Amino acid sequence: MRNDAGKLSLILLMAPFALWIGLLIVLPQLGIGYVSLREKVGINQYEFGPGNYADFIAEPIYRNTLFRTAWMSILVTALALLVGFPVAWYIAKIARERSRAALFLLCLIPLWVSDLVRAYGWIVLLRETGVVSTVLVGAGIIAQPVEMLYNDVTVVIGLVYTVILFMIVPLVSTLQGMDDALLEAGYNLGGGRLTVFRRIIVPYAMPGIVAGCIITFMLTAGSYLTPILLGGKNSSWFTEQIYNQFITRYNWEAGATFGVLLLGFTSLVVWAGLRLTGQSLSTTVAKE
Amino acid sequence: MYDLSCERVTKNFGSFTAVDGVSLDIPSGSFFSILGPSGCGKTTLMRMIAGFETPSRGDIRIKGDSVLALPPNRRNVKMVFQHLALFPMMSVGENIAYGLRCRGDAKAEIPARVARVLDRVGLPGVEDKRIEQLSGGQKQRIAIARCMVLEPDVLLLDEPLGALDLKLREHMKIELKQLQHRFETTFLYITHDQSEALVMSDTVAVMNAGRFEQIGAPRELYENPVSGFVAGFVGDSNCLAGRIAEIRGDEALVELSGGGTVRARRGDGAGQGDAVEVFLRPEALFVGEGDPHATLDGRVDSLLFNGANSRILVQLDNGPLIEVADPGQAGRVAQDQQVRVGWDPARATCFAQRAGA
Amino acid sequence: MQRSAGLMFVYRAYVVLFFLYLVAPLAAAGAFAFNDSMFPSLPWQGFTLDWFFSPVEPKLGLFYDDRLLRGLQNSLVIGLIVSALAVAAGTCNAFLFERRQFPFKRLLYILMIVPLVIPGVILGISILVFASMLANFADQTLGLFLTWLRPGIPLIVLGQFSFLTTITSLVIAARLQKFDISLEEAALNLGASRIRVLLTVTLPFLAPALFSAFVVAFLVSFENFNTTLMLVGSDAPLTITMYDRMVKVGSTPVLNAVSVFLMLGSGLLALASVLAQRPRKAA
Repeated sequence: MRNDAGKLSLILLMAPFALWIGLLIVLPQLGIGYVSLREKVGINQYEFGPGNYADFIAEPIYRNTLFRTAWMSILVTALALLVGFPVAWYIAKIARERSRAALFLLCLIPLWVSDLVRAYGWIVLLRETGVVSTVLVGAGIIAQPVEMLYNDVTVVIGLVYTVILFMIVPLVSTLQGMDDALLEAGYNLGGGRLTVFRRIIVPYAMPGIVAGCIITFMLTAGSYLTPILLGGKNSSWFTEQIYNQFITRYNWEAGATFGVLLLGFTSLVVWAGLRLTGQSLSTTVAKE
Repeated sequence: MYDLSCERVTKNFGSFTAVDGVSLDIPSGSFFSILGPSGCGKTTLMRMIAGFETPSRGDIRIKGDSVLALPPNRRNVKMVFQHLALFPMMSVGENIAYGLRCRGDAKAEIPARVARVLDRVGLPGVEDKRIEQLSGGQKQRIAIARCMVLEPDVLLLDEPLGALDLKLREHMKIELKQLQHRFETTFLYITHDQSEALVMSDTVAVMNAGRFEQIGAPRELYENPVSGFVAGFVGDSNCLAGRIAEIRGDEALVELSGGGTVRARRGDGAGQGDAVEVFLRPEALFVGEGDPHATLDGRVDSLLFNGANSRILVQLDNGPLIEVADPGQAGRVAQDQQVRVGWDPARATCFAQRAGA
Repeated sequence: MQRSAGLMFVYRAYVVLFFLYLVAPLAAAGAFAFNDSMFPSLPWQGFTLDWFFSPVEPKLGLFYDDRLLRGLQNSLVIGLIVSALAVAAGTCNAFLFERRQFPFKRLLYILMIVPLVIPGVILGISILVFASMLANFADQTLGLFLTWLRPGIPLIVLGQFSFLTTITSLVIAARLQKFDISLEEAALNLGASRIRVLLTVTLPFLAPALFSAFVVAFLVSFENFNTTLMLVGSDAPLTITMYDRMVKVGSTPVLNAVSVFLMLGSGLLALASVLAQRPRKAA
């Protein structure tokens, strides 16, 4: 009898999980997979086939947009790691107890500010009539106001800005768990700075690095606002293509195809990243 | 009638038998301990009595009635947990009142009852303190008060002293014994610390590998152990391995592995030619000549001073290092001196070799 | 580890620069909400609160702008509903994965984390597509018009719920993992019923995590853009309304005022959740 009650409560506890994952994650993903394999041959007439994927491959604009999104996402992730690691190290290991908490909080607060506000801030700073341009003219450094928006450098700066906190937070958590004695032992045993960094710090911080990189990469590849607002209408970002197909052109078949491609591509990168570093989703992303 | 009885209680986890046919009867108002190494099944046994596990076979009776069908929240046995499990989100008073509220006592009566039990454990007026403001010993007493306020038939204590430091632990042993007297309730105490069990208990059951090896008064276990396990686990012992050469009634002549022959009482049914161990309490040994077959030669390895518990470590010429009690640390011997160690042959006991020993 | 003072100086300067980089756009977005000008740009024309409180055009303030206010209201409604749902489901998931054993547990656990690594746009379109398929099916075969499966607030709630539940589950499970199960046994032993144990011992222990999870879910929902964009109907939440304004009208200081409002609101809520998670000090 006790066993039956246990089974019943397990089923009840499982129900929300099953409904959530089943109806909101698994089935919808299968749904876009299904729609992406549907070719429109007439009004309300469809056939099954890989035609939408063939269209994607045949059209260089689409292809190039995906490649561009891909390499810029990887670039942003790498930059975020390079820029973020010293900051995370400073917060975790060098700052004193009190300033550490304050710095960490300072890091967290922009985390809770909408992408939109952050992108808007950059616009206010960087556009032709923006703060930076005006100040530079006023200081006599440049003669004419310059437009600093709508170029790739700005997009990358904006994207790094948007995602870097997601890199720093897991890094700080991991590095804080590291015992300083490990480092001292490393130096004590005759390791140089580079050796200690490569053999002790990096392996220890790996779960944090991987978690940060995965989240950063996902957020960048899936970002919409920052590339569009800072890169202008022709920023050629892949999510923009998806939006256009779905909402502007109402071509769901093509949109779903792009969605599947983006998901497939990002999953591939995440999977490869986990494989190469020997980590798993539950040891990295879930630890945050 | 007994407050608590277990009848051939067995618990299997898959193919592993944690508790194997254990029976016990605890008379009303006594202090009963279960003593055994970790993993011997004592915690499982206690959890079955409290109702957190169901026995695979056997029966558990409280005041004569079987409680197997009762869920844990309806059994009148209360438990003091290993880490006490005081509720950190409640004050001391709320912790103690918790069981009374669950029982549905009238709201007006609860504060008075709480105050009375706090008084009895010697901590009057701490109702409004938070748990983390209490010291280790105070937490201990609050955990007991939380159970005793419900006037249980039996109080179960699961190694509650384990987390305390040594000094406090010594103090709490006496304190617990006094509390038990004051409340006149049956205590079932489980521990792996033989001194806790010996000092506090009326009766001790020594448990090993899911079975009771021996049940008896502390003195009986100490002086007349029935097995090598009990002899080795209860109190300090020197242990010499050998083989029975000859049996003379109650006694055996044991040929030691390292050479030499000693006389020992036969503790169990080991027969001629069987591998045995001879147990000698340190306080049964003295420096000097003993009876024939009750003397061994050695060299003083070191002198260990510990007040009344001082010891001489003697390296036997043909065997292991043994401890000889030396209460006064009289200084009659010096390091590296050749000595003879003797004993009263009646206080040497031999048991069949323990498995794995 | 001795480091040269010069090197340390460079390092500190770098960290300071980094924090300037973090703060600059937020400060810029915030500051111009108080500039008495028609455009969020230099020169500084003097301090004003018009962009918050002015009731008339041309400087219609945030608190008199009907569309922004409606957006704010929609955001609040969506945020409260979705956070409540996500905390409830997250609590169930936490108990499921921390307390129970069942087949394929590891696989299902991974599945629970997966929504965090699906881009928000994809979650949005997949739920849009699936909901439309269901709605079309209901329409064609059963003759039912299920308007809640069409873009609108219910669909936004579902879309945000799909990834917020992962966050709340992880937050609550982390706290539940620290729970000493013997507290529950002690309560049972003292005579409490199962439901009473849950209400008096387990849930009070989880309360700070439930609160934080709620706040985090609310904040993320409030600022969410990508998923929401794909599911929005006529009742747009604040971020979408603001984006529309930005693209169609161009930037005006009222958007800076919205930014200030959002920053203050989320800053305070985040602070509250940090304080709630902190262990209570002895009085």
